[in-house]
Amino acid sequence: MSSAHVTPGSVPGPKLAAHFASLEVQKHAARLGMWLFLATEILLFAGLFACYAAYRFLFPEAWAASSRSLDLTMGTINTVVLITSSFTAAMAVHYAKEGKNKMVGHMNVLTLLMAMGFLVIKFFEYKHKFHIGTLPGRYYFYEGIQLPGAPLYFTVYFASTALHALHVVIGMTVLAFATVRAYRVGDFSANNYTQVELGSMYWHLVDLVWIFLFPMLYLV
Amino acid sequence: MTPSSSIAAPGAVPGHEATDDHGHHPSYLTDGTTVKSWLLTVDHKRIGIMYMAWILLFFLVGGIFALLIRIELLTPGPTIMDAMTYNRVFTLHGIVMIFLFMIPAIPAIFGNFLLPLMLGAKDVAFPRLNLLSLYVYLAGAGFALWGMLNGGLDTGWTFYTPYSAHTTTTVAPVLFGAFIIGFSSILTGMNFIVTTHTMRAPGITWFKMPLMVWALYATSCIQVLATPVIGLLLLLVTAENLFSLGMFDVARGGDPVLFQHLFWFYSHPAVYIMVLPAFGVMSEIVSAFSRKNIFGYRAVAYSSVGIAFVGFFAWGHHMFVSGQSTFNAGVFGVLSMLVGVFTAIKVFNWVGTVYKGAVEFSTPFAYFCGFLFFTVFGGMTGIAVATVSLDVPWHDTYFVVAHFHFIMVGATIMAFLAALHYWFPKMFGKMYHEGWGLVSAALIILGFNATFIPQFLVGNAGMPRRYYEYPERFQALNVASTAGASLLAFGFIIIAVYLTYALIYGERVDNPWNSKGYEWLTLSPPPTHNFIGPQPTYPEEPHFYVDPKKAEGEVSDV
Repeated sequence: MSSAHVTPGSVPGPKLAAHFASLEVQKHAARLGMWLFLATEILLFAGLFACYAAYRFLFPEAWAASSRSLDLTMGTINTVVLITSSFTAAMAVHYAKEGKNKMVGHMNVLTLLMAMGFLVIKFFEYKHKFHIGTLPGRYYFYEGIQLPGAPLYFTVYFASTALHALHVVIGMTVLAFATVRAYRVGDFSANNYTQVELGSMYWHLVDLVWIFLFPMLYLV
Repeated sequence: MTPSSSIAAPGAVPGHEATDDHGHHPSYLTDGTTVKSWLLTVDHKRIGIMYMAWILLFFLVGGIFALLIRIELLTPGPTIMDAMTYNRVFTLHGIVMIFLFMIPAIPAIFGNFLLPLMLGAKDVAFPRLNLLSLYVYLAGAGFALWGMLNGGLDTGWTFYTPYSAHTTTTVAPVLFGAFIIGFSSILTGMNFIVTTHTMRAPGITWFKMPLMVWALYATSCIQVLATPVIGLLLLLVTAENLFSLGMFDVARGGDPVLFQHLFWFYSHPAVYIMVLPAFGVMSEIVSAFSRKNIFGYRAVAYSSVGIAFVGFFAWGHHMFVSGQSTFNAGVFGVLSMLVGVFTAIKVFNWVGTVYKGAVEFSTPFAYFCGFLFFTVFGGMTGIAVATVSLDVPWHDTYFVVAHFHFIMVGATIMAFLAALHYWFPKMFGKMYHEGWGLVSAALIILGFNATFIPQFLVGNAGMPRRYYEYPERFQALNVASTAGASLLAFGFIIIAVYLTYALIYGERVDNPWNSKGYEWLTLSPPPTHNFIGPQPTYPEEPHFYVDPKKAEGEVSDV
């Protein structure tokens, strides 16, 4: 069933590794591996969500007050930027399947630009916080909210947004590799788009985590 | 694809005919002898061997520190070190043994070596990722050991907050090292899951997989699902220790009990990362040495998955005295006991396999007997400590230490040594001296009992764990325990000697056990891509033995 009908060499693009039975199996393995990896990423953030839930339950007033001190406009813009970037990332996969390598590159560049925009906005939010003193733990010196538990809110805030920002940077690196490959080598096609697809999947995760973080930190 | 008529007779598998063909097909050991060909290999077998070298080294380190602890506890007062050194020594013993030995031991060594062979695959799904996980493991180990040598830490391996947030000892590099090792564990787990899903040779359906594969699969699921949570937690505590963020610090509003919840959410399932592969090894061995198909294959396979599942809902039994409600404690107690039910399924099936089998009492089977005793005894005391009313007085006494050493260490070490002796000929194509194998097995099983049975008694009498000094009346039992530990160490030295000897001068063998496990369908040691010629076919179940009690050619009825 497996090795019989595949003749490596007939298709120039995708390379079949020696230990796989066929290209389908190879692609299936790559995708399954990515899904498992994304599951571990979600669980990584789940630990932070658990911390958030526990402390929110312990300090409801401090958490409501601290949450209102965040800049809702900046957060909303960032959410829109990130969701749009998820769309362009998906379009890159679409074009990769059609073999339009140039468009794959364009779409990835758009995604990367929006990712950078996200980080810039985040930078200004952080800068403001450093300025007024809404900082985690013992560095907290903000006069506006003096409720017990408020410094803890900003511990959770900085821990989760910084971890998310780190993931944005990792995602950008992954997408950059696919972009270079699309422009330079240009061998993405209907049966060779795994790299674009996996990069895009990772980017969707980065987006998804933010979709949880935004209401959790800014809205609730 | 299901087996069809074109399938070869049992034993007549490609590769096997080539037994006297060794000269023409270099084994994975001789295919490339430069240092680089080892360090940059993507061959799962070489990676398994490299893991073995490192893990055995860490086992030696952890073992030496165990002996130091036992020597210190020979007398009620100070014996060979001061209190602070003692705290560092037991912490180092715990961290090295748990993170560097117990968790990776069987999956990383034998899982890497055997999983593709048992699935008829040429390699794991992601060979380069596999190599990466080895180096990630070593990087984490480097961090942790560097931290321990440069100051060390005195928190115990559980890193409980708020103490770990405030202690001035070197917590951060060790925590970060453990975090990195977690990555390695996740990568290996992912690799094994994908390999099991996508790399099975035609003919190997899910219910024709060897039970070792089922056990590794269940283990990998735990690794993938639990490790990220402790990864995050270790990062947070590292940040807490360096920057006082207040996440788990009562003084800043944080909740140490939350730390315990998150910590045990990983660390309790981690116990099953250690023992599930051990159960897998034993399922293979009991079948091979009873010359019988495993009794109740599906029950054994499902119970591995069952343990992996229930293991996630039992973490609260570490926190009976943390102030959780009586109702919670009761629920966690009952859920913990469910693990005992699944384990009992396995134990009864193993015993059912031995029953009326043609038992060959060789070294791996000797370890099976020890394993059965440790699992049943350790498991029974597990039911006891899962009972809230009993656990409250036993909490943090030597009774708990003895319990988890029995089930976690006893069972896993038995399986580790059994696996080492069973698959040694597979890995190196050499045979060791059977007599010395049995002598050392006897020494180790006796030594282990002598070490930890006194600890049950001294714990029940009220001696707390982790204490540096103790009242006079506990001394006799502590001396007995230390004597047992010496016996244990002596057994390990004998093993090291005769296995090293066998590695160099051992008799050349191919399948000394006449085992029918899938991994024996190729040469010993296997060639680089596992099989020579066309892929082998798998007409029969993995533990298929002709019943010795029946007429020749007739099939076992189990």
